[in-house]
Amino acid sequence: MFDKTLAELAAGLRNGDFTSTELTTAWLERIKAEDSKYNSYITVTEEEALAQAKAADEAIAAGTAGPFTGLPIAHKDLFCTQGVRTSCASKMLDNFISPYDGTMVAKFKQAGAVMLGKTNMDEFAMGGSNESSYYGPARNPWDTDRVPGGSSGGSGAAVAARLAPAATGSDTGGSIRQPAALCGITGLKPTYGRVSRYGMVAFASSLDQIGPMAHTAEDCAMMLNVMAGFDPMDSTSVDREVPDYTATLNEPLAGLKIGLPAEYFTDTLDAKVAEQVRNAVAEFEKMGATVKEVSLPRTELSIPAYYIIAPAEASSNLSRFDGVRYGYRCEDPKDLEDMYKRSRGEGFGEEVKRRIMVGTYALCAGYYDAYYNKAQQIRRLIQQDFAKVLEEVDVIMAPTTPHPAFKIGEKSNDPVSMYMEDIYTLSLNLAGLPGMSVPCGQVDGLPVGLQIIGNHFAEAKLLNVAHQYQQATDWHKQAPAGI
Amino acid sequence: MEWEVVIGLEIHVQLSTTTKIFSGASTAFGAEPNTQACAVDLALPGTLPVFNENALRMAVMFGLAVNAEIGKRSVFERKNYFYPDLPKGYQTTQLAEPIVGPGFVDIETEEGVQRRVRLHHAHLEEDAGKSLHEDFHGMSGIDLNRAGTPLVEIVSEPDMRSSKEAAAYARKIHAIVTTLGICDGNMAEGSMRCDCNVSVRPKGQEEYGTRTELKNINSFRFIERAIDTEVARQIDLIEDGGTVLQETRLYDPDKNQTRSMRSKEDANDYRYFPCPDLLPVVIDDSYIEAIRETLPELPDARRERFISEYKLSDYDAGVLSGYSAQADYYEAVVKACGDTKLAANWVMGELAKYLNQNDIDIKQSPVSADQLGGLLERIKDDTISGNIAKKVFETMWTDGGSADEIIEAKGLKQVTDTGAIEKIVDDVIANADKQVEQYKAAEPEKRGKMLGFFMGQVMKATGGKANPGAVTGILKKKLDALCD
Repeated sequence: MFDKTLAELAAGLRNGDFTSTELTTAWLERIKAEDSKYNSYITVTEEEALAQAKAADEAIAAGTAGPFTGLPIAHKDLFCTQGVRTSCASKMLDNFISPYDGTMVAKFKQAGAVMLGKTNMDEFAMGGSNESSYYGPARNPWDTDRVPGGSSGGSGAAVAARLAPAATGSDTGGSIRQPAALCGITGLKPTYGRVSRYGMVAFASSLDQIGPMAHTAEDCAMMLNVMAGFDPMDSTSVDREVPDYTATLNEPLAGLKIGLPAEYFTDTLDAKVAEQVRNAVAEFEKMGATVKEVSLPRTELSIPAYYIIAPAEASSNLSRFDGVRYGYRCEDPKDLEDMYKRSRGEGFGEEVKRRIMVGTYALCAGYYDAYYNKAQQIRRLIQQDFAKVLEEVDVIMAPTTPHPAFKIGEKSNDPVSMYMEDIYTLSLNLAGLPGMSVPCGQVDGLPVGLQIIGNHFAEAKLLNVAHQYQQATDWHKQAPAGI
Repeated sequence: MEWEVVIGLEIHVQLSTTTKIFSGASTAFGAEPNTQACAVDLALPGTLPVFNENALRMAVMFGLAVNAEIGKRSVFERKNYFYPDLPKGYQTTQLAEPIVGPGFVDIETEEGVQRRVRLHHAHLEEDAGKSLHEDFHGMSGIDLNRAGTPLVEIVSEPDMRSSKEAAAYARKIHAIVTTLGICDGNMAEGSMRCDCNVSVRPKGQEEYGTRTELKNINSFRFIERAIDTEVARQIDLIEDGGTVLQETRLYDPDKNQTRSMRSKEDANDYRYFPCPDLLPVVIDDSYIEAIRETLPELPDARRERFISEYKLSDYDAGVLSGYSAQADYYEAVVKACGDTKLAANWVMGELAKYLNQNDIDIKQSPVSADQLGGLLERIKDDTISGNIAKKVFETMWTDGGSADEIIEAKGLKQVTDTGAIEKIVDDVIANADKQVEQYKAAEPEKRGKMLGFFMGQVMKATGGKANPGAVTGILKKKLDALCD
């Protein structure tokens, strides 16, 4: 049961092979038994899950079930869930029980999904290793001494360790794709505006996007069918028709034009990772795709641009955590200023404070043009580079990360080297483009991700391409030793 | 030395939308604290703003009314600072690309000084909540009902040269926004609040002096007094060899003085940047023109019409058109009684006196325009005299009722029966030998003035109900007959 995909579990529920309550109980028991090894959950919502499973079974019996009814999933702990702690893996929100459901969470509820719990993450989604969590790092099921990636590291670890059939994540600079790659699962960051951000605790509003993390492209398609769509509560969500993403998974790929950006295959990239990615591309050639080299000349600039824009927005977004209305407030404040300083000083972790300071600095009156405006100019150039390439090819293929999972603690004292791990993922967020990470091989027993990048709103194409690859290969079916 | 005063105003106008600028919560005034603050207003994690199009429409109406360029593309920015009644830690406002560009209004002071005041721009923003410093035992309470109420901030150029001009400008803005119906104009409830930038310079000097900003003044009278006080302070300071510091000052109306709140050095760096949660607001000419079609008659046009159509004096027309509710009331009275001058005198006289004494807005007047019109009709048709009408009005104000009902109930109907008046006049003359002798002895051209005594006696005898015109005629006839 734990090796089944969402699609297979859905078929089992429909056929009456098992009930949602049986399914949910089994997963909850497995979480209880196994998660101490991975620390992938911050909160397990057993009671809610069983109640939702019961309701799902009733819907199935009554014949009112939809394709997602009764399927258990986990939500990253930065999505507001009514009546359930939404901590963002921060001391600041350790005591925060959201009084409302975010739009995406509400959509899954409406679709009849069962929420198993809330997954671990980097604090406020700031990080690429899950080490900045107030609740301790999540661990990579392929090697528990290694990071699962981040910031959606708990979701990545939970799915890889078969502690959830699928999970939601958020991606601001690679936070779905990078943990998907390092944990050997499939993840999709949709186009900016495709999924409502209402109810997602904001990190960097112009870059944040919610997406699915699962074993297969097909499962991601099923999830995106639930998540996607215009939301009047999110002014940046796009009013555009949502196709059935499962309907086009089997389109043939003959004639598909693939671009390989030269700037992604340099010394920065681990040679063994490069080899796995090239092997994957060769697989597409067998299916009739053509491959050409393309250029994304501003790739290197994406890191400095991103690390101005994201912290700048974050410094403002995180101002609301002031100890006044909710969240952490320091003991016995002397006065207002003392309350602000200590509540924020004690409530936020190191990486969050680092980014707030960087962002505050970048927005200061005297530096605004030199940093923030310049970064926005670079952002526009990066968008143009992608637009030009995507006129010539259907999809861009590249590695998701330069290396497989690194050791816990290896980079935690060197933020810049940690930031460099995001080099292949950041620029998509700057350009607002959709991207997937699909398992495409292993290096020294650790999974490697193939990144597939498409044009705005080309999610159906990306899922189609990934699904066809997964029909021809079985990297997505590999499980870590002992699972 | 002769000094010139330079004043620029920033006026915050609360727009009368039913819901907030970025959330669906109500904007009604006076509710229990925090009962009109939803998840967005509380800045709960994960919430996002959605722009209220009504606020946009109202801002465009304002821009059109002040002859301004309308921003086809306007951008919300975040103004970042920490304060407990600012839930998000930033105020969403506009800076580089506001909805209303440069415009102007023409003003006239009570003394007849006319001036064109240019507007630098006007922008949309959200109001903050309120800190409540009483009743919390050494702590402060926060009420977020007001947080997110839409504001238009109207920024003038430093074009005013006296406190009276500043007050006239503020009155003009008040007249415009209330005429447009985009603000309830209630200054006591903070619907319109004013920051005054004040500096002085030697007359003839081109360069501006250092300015101070007087914060949050909420009445026209206080605008004048605060500026006068601050101007005197600045001049004294400079003449004593000191220098004015650029700072924000607070006006204390009880002590009639200004005191320093914070200096320029303490000023925040607000770290403005475009709000990534809101798209730029893009509108086209057809949107703007559709709004232009809906604009009501504006105060300047109404004033001109009052002069040409109702034959009012410049002054009366200016006062009556200066506040839209008053102008509406006046026109309703005119419609009811058909006498433009009489209506003007009563609306600006007796009614205004009662409203002021009781601190009531004309919209809440206990005497309706129809009631007042009915009363004025009875003056016109000689049913009652002007003096009796004041008594009727007083009854109307306190007890209600139509003029006819009150006149009937109190028996105030004027006596116009000449026979009855002649009899009373005969009695008065018979009992006033001394005054009659004086009348007879007087030069004929001075006799007119001496009628007053007899008139008073007749009125006394009739309880004021005798028709004054008729009495005068009869008195004159009878007294003059005695002189022959």
